[in-house]
Amino acid sequence: MIRFENVSFRYGASPVLKNVSFHVNPGETVVVFGVSGSGKSTILKLVSGLIRPESGRVIVNGQDMTDASESEWQRIRPKVGFVFQGGALFDSMTVGENVGYYLLEHTDKSLAEIEAVVRETLRFMNLSEDLIDLLPDSLSGGMQRRVAIGRAVAAVDPLIMLYDEPTTGLDPISTKAISEMILKLRDVKKVSSIVVTHEIADAFEVTDHFVVLYDGEIVFDGRGAEMLKCPNPHVCEFLTPFLDSVRALPQA
Amino acid sequence: MALLNILKRFAWDTQELAKYSLKLFKRLFTRPFYFVETVEQMYYLGVGSLFLVVLTGTFAGQGLALQFSIELADFGSKNYLGRVMMISIVRELGPVLTGLMVAARVAAGITAELGSMKSSEQIDALTAFGVDPIRKLAVPRFWALFVMLPVLTIVCDFVAIVGGYIIAIYIAHISGSAYWTNVIHKLTLGNIIVGIVKPFIYAVVISTISTHMGFSTEGGTKGVGRSTTDSVVACSITILFVNFMFTRLISPLLKGIM
Ligand SMILES: Nc1ncnc2c1ncn2[C@@H]1O[C@H](COP(=O)(O)OP(=O)(O)OP(=O)(O)O)[C@@H](O)[C@H]1O
Ligand SMILES: [Mg+2]
Repeated sequence: MIRFENVSFRYGASPVLKNVSFHVNPGETVVVFGVSGSGKSTILKLVSGLIRPESGRVIVNGQDMTDASESEWQRIRPKVGFVFQGGALFDSMTVGENVGYYLLEHTDKSLAEIEAVVRETLRFMNLSEDLIDLLPDSLSGGMQRRVAIGRAVAAVDPLIMLYDEPTTGLDPISTKAISEMILKLRDVKKVSSIVVTHEIADAFEVTDHFVVLYDGEIVFDGRGAEMLKCPNPHVCEFLTPFLDSVRALPQA
Repeated sequence: MALLNILKRFAWDTQELAKYSLKLFKRLFTRPFYFVETVEQMYYLGVGSLFLVVLTGTFAGQGLALQFSIELADFGSKNYLGRVMMISIVRELGPVLTGLMVAARVAAGITAELGSMKSSEQIDALTAFGVDPIRKLAVPRFWALFVMLPVLTIVCDFVAIVGGYIIAIYIAHISGSAYWTNVIHKLTLGNIIVGIVKPFIYAVVISTISTHMGFSTEGGTKGVGRSTTDSVVACSITILFVNFMFTRLISPLLKGIM
């Protein structure tokens, strides 16, 4: 469960988030929309404590993390899987080392045990186990994204997953595979997730709860059907290209 | 106005660097300590720079010996070549040359590597995985340089003096024994202290500045290029400045044993 109460944040002098409030129920997936620069990635970084709010409260997994110390964050981070925009795979390590990174770093599991977890994770992500010794650079974009999701999942069983544009720039098949992965994690592992995306059509596949950000403020928070009614000019602006393409489809 | 802004910027950067240094130093002596990474970096930073240091040291030593031997010959004191070589190399040339060469090679490498990790969010990813990036990336590089830079400096001193020996024998026509007797004569405690303390300080300078510049990289590939250049420039200037201050302030204290 994640809750933001009147959270504001700024980089230097420029405000990035202004009085943002929303919440994600346990086991629920929320999709965050917004044009580039509206503050979507910033929200995810606040949830994982990579940055701290200027004001307001951030509650993660039922725990008020607003004034939490670094070591308190360290304790909660294993429960938060973060899929970074662009993957952020460690490019000096193999796919296997990436996926097993958390276990290698924080547990005394033997290499054989870790390898078993890594192989299972690769299978779960519909990736070939042969990738295990390759470097991330030699993988396609879609594979890298799936490895990145795998790395976040293999950590410990996460309670929260944060996806920053997991499908941007991918072909429809990889996109579909990733959407399925997000659903699978929700259903199998019962995680609460925030998915940041620009792909409205794909977003409807993973949830019906949407938050729209505009210039650091939440301009919509509700169900999909309501959102499509254009309740706010900024939401409308964001949706128009999508709605046009829906209308252009031959009516079945 | 522009000057004021530059000064403000400089003050700000210095303050950020000071804050970062504090964070780094707090982590130097506490656990967890990444031993494997440290050994890897020792090999990569130290052994990897060996060839460069040997090459530059030899040439610089030979150049210096050529100039000195001509000048000394005018005074009819050619045989003192070993002394001036020893003093200038061990006290000044060796540490500064090694510091600058390593700054060029290693500081650029460290800043570029950490900077691109920063801009591809790998640093954030480390934090998200419960790993402290300063401990994981900066501390091993610090210790690696702290151990290896003095070693490289000694190597540089040695090859520069051997370079001078070659000039002494074949060009200045000084006997080998005269050269080495003079060299040994100036191998005093004071000179050794000066020559060996400096590289420890430069190691702190290079590792602190280059990792800080890497971690504070902003703005993608261009930003990586910018901070890499800035890092080499800042390291080089700081080394030369520290070297001057050291010679000015510390060396007089050691006068009795030089
Ligand atoms: N490290 C930083 N330093 C300064 N400003 C930043 C930094 N990171 C982001 N910003 C600014 O904060 C604002 C919000 O950034 P954020 O990354 O949250 O946007 P976003 O909604 O994720 O955009 P995109 O869709 O392009 O990823 C932007 O205006 C950006 O310029
Ligand atoms: Mg973003």
